[in-house]
Amino acid sequence: MTRAGCIRGAILIGAVGSLEVACRTGAIPSTVVIAPSAMVVALVETLRSDDIGVHLKRTLAAVGIAMGLSVAGGFAIGFVLHRLPFLRRAFNPFLAAYYAIPHFAFYPLLIVIFGLGPLPLIVLATLFAMVAMIVATIAGLDRVPRVLLKTARVHRLSLLQEVCRIRLPAAAPHLLSGIKLAVAYSFIGVIAGEFILSTSGIGHEIAYAYDNFDNARMYGLILLVLGTVTIFNMAVYAYERRLLRRRGA
Amino acid sequence: MIALRAVRDPVLVVVALIALWQVLHQIAGDAAVTAPAPTLAYLWEMIGQARFVPHLRETAVAFAQALAIACAGGVLIGVVLGGHRLSGEVAEPILVGLYSIPKITLYPVILLLFGLGMSAKVAFGALHGIIPVVLFTMNAVRNVNRTYLRTGRAMRLTPAQTGWHILVPAALPEIFSGLRIGFSLTLLGTMLGELFASQRGLGFLLMTAIDLNDVKTILAIAVLISIFAVVCNALLLAIDKHLHRGSAIERSGGR
Repeated sequence: MTRAGCIRGAILIGAVGSLEVACRTGAIPSTVVIAPSAMVVALVETLRSDDIGVHLKRTLAAVGIAMGLSVAGGFAIGFVLHRLPFLRRAFNPFLAAYYAIPHFAFYPLLIVIFGLGPLPLIVLATLFAMVAMIVATIAGLDRVPRVLLKTARVHRLSLLQEVCRIRLPAAAPHLLSGIKLAVAYSFIGVIAGEFILSTSGIGHEIAYAYDNFDNARMYGLILLVLGTVTIFNMAVYAYERRLLRRRGA
Repeated sequence: MIALRAVRDPVLVVVALIALWQVLHQIAGDAAVTAPAPTLAYLWEMIGQARFVPHLRETAVAFAQALAIACAGGVLIGVVLGGHRLSGEVAEPILVGLYSIPKITLYPVILLLFGLGMSAKVAFGALHGIIPVVLFTMNAVRNVNRTYLRTGRAMRLTPAQTGWHILVPAALPEIFSGLRIGFSLTLLGTMLGELFASQRGLGFLLMTAIDLNDVKTILAIAVLISIFAVVCNALLLAIDKHLHRGSAIERSGGR
């Protein structure tokens, strides 16, 4: 392990440890933050309870579908925008400003259009996550070296072959960071939607626990969500590193 | 001609969006989506009303504070982390990890820490905006030409002077890109904070309208915030491009 890695580990352990000490000694009251060890205990307890499975399945299914749609759709749209400069010029200011728009304001409209249930959540999360993927795709395709494309032409690759063999691998680092963002944004979309209005799901459970002063359950669920996203991101990060090393970068 | 085209294309998109809105209205009816013209008329009327102004001011103040914290704090932390190699290496993965977690799940924690009201909104907004600013600033400072730093050392500048007179001006274009992203995310964070945690402000009006299913108000406020976001972003993007013009020659080609 590198020196920076060791220091980083020490800092993280120190931060969690001092939070633990502060909570145990009562410097931070348990009505505000509970000790990290208590969070883990609460997480295990919550996972063991019977009713959590339904919520977990609903949220993860919604996030999974939204993520798949936004990654596939975002790549397709990004590809088209990259091909057609006039469309891209037209949409550029909107892509740049997209994440400042309060999407959650449109959630009630989506409910009216799509009915109560998982559909409006999925649409909301997809709309929210897709643009990150579009932007990442355009950035990645912009940076494909010209010489690779010329090589493709020399080999007379068809468009499909060129995309699969040249453009996708060359743009992979940007696409991967786009996928990471799409995951985070799908989670944000689904969970924020569940906070605002829904009858089940992890977001609903967190809001419900908050309203009922059930701090243990709330922190357990928060830890669950953050842990899931972090593990996924670390897996993508590890894959990214391997990809870079193989290229000798 | 280029300027004309740059204006024309976005205008076409705006027209297309309004047309899409009208079509949605035709399909879904008044209960789900009100038509564009009455909504905009209602928005105009709402801005003129006396009861609306305090909410607008509340949101503006919260957003301005959050943005100030995110920008000043982000640039400061970024310059320190970028200037000091080891601490930058230590902090970067932690920051990237924090950047990609869904911060919305932390909102109950923010509420418990800061209570309901202004400080929670500001904290939530700043929390969203500060990390991209730090990351961009850090990378920008790292890429500053070494010659400038050596010059600074020859002139015996203190670390603070080096930061202010050399690092910040040299890294300004990249820092500004970070500030632009920070701006969008701070607005998003402040709005999210207002949705869940306040008794005043546009977010609160929005949440009340959602509870009452007052579609006209929902759309009017959403449009107001969207216009603000898009216009500010277009301005920032123009400044960003202007700042990058100098460095674009060095890189040459690309976009």
